[in-house]
Amino acid sequence: MSDTIEKVSIIISKGSLEGIYPGLIMANGARMEGIEANLFFTFFGLDAINKAKHEHVKVATVGNPGLHLATWAGGVPGMSALVTHQLAGEMEKLDIPPIPEFVEMIADSGAGLYACKASVDLFKLSSDDFIPQVQEIITVGEFYGLAGGGQIIFT
Amino acid sequence: MTTTTLAGATVEVDSEGFLADAQQWNEQMAAEIARDNGIEQLSDRQWQVINFMRKTYLETGSAPSIRSLGKTSGVPIRELYQLFPKGPAKLAAKIGGIPKPRGCI
Repeated sequence: MSDTIEKVSIIISKGSLEGIYPGLIMANGARMEGIEANLFFTFFGLDAINKAKHEHVKVATVGNPGLHLATWAGGVPGMSALVTHQLAGEMEKLDIPPIPEFVEMIADSGAGLYACKASVDLFKLSSDDFIPQVQEIITVGEFYGLAGGGQIIFT
Repeated sequence: MTTTTLAGATVEVDSEGFLADAQQWNEQMAAEIARDNGIEQLSDRQWQVINFMRKTYLETGSAPSIRSLGKTSGVPIRELYQLFPKGPAKLAAKIGGIPKPRGCI
């Protein structure tokens, strides 16, 4: 096996802001290094490519010990929106784009975007619900076919 | 750091071939670095990106992110990757004689 990575397939399975960004950063970073990249969105990770939802992805403030916030405080109405707003401001300073722009940027960089068929069926979605950069709705088997010859990263 | 000869001049480069001192760079060196990286002849569009990277670095002290390259260099992201398939920011920085961009975005 070669000691350099030539291809990655990244699975994004979570729908929170902190669940979606790492996979996007990994995919964009791969393309920046000239590494071939595919993104496979499954379960709530589909929100990242859902036209109606991708602008409204939020940080989970309940059940998120990393925030060091009391559980009751995390549940206060508006807390999730507030924390998300603060984080978005910090990200903008670091030139990290909002999710819709970031996904479009990654698609423009030549990465493939795919939606998981099982999740699409489960949530009663169709290709019309997704941004036009999504190439196809594919099965797990087809995903493994696309991922051939590269590394798979699950987030 | 090691020294190498580019366009007849002795220059210092890092382990990946990025120039140590941006001031030592000239256009003949750019053409030679480009050839070493698989680009036989730099096009006007490639020069546009290289010059933008270099200008931003010399003015601000750091290379632009891919996002700002796409927004402000006049070359959209899709085309950036066509011009530099092995990584636009990295390769344009190398050809432009500035340090390797350290950003994650």
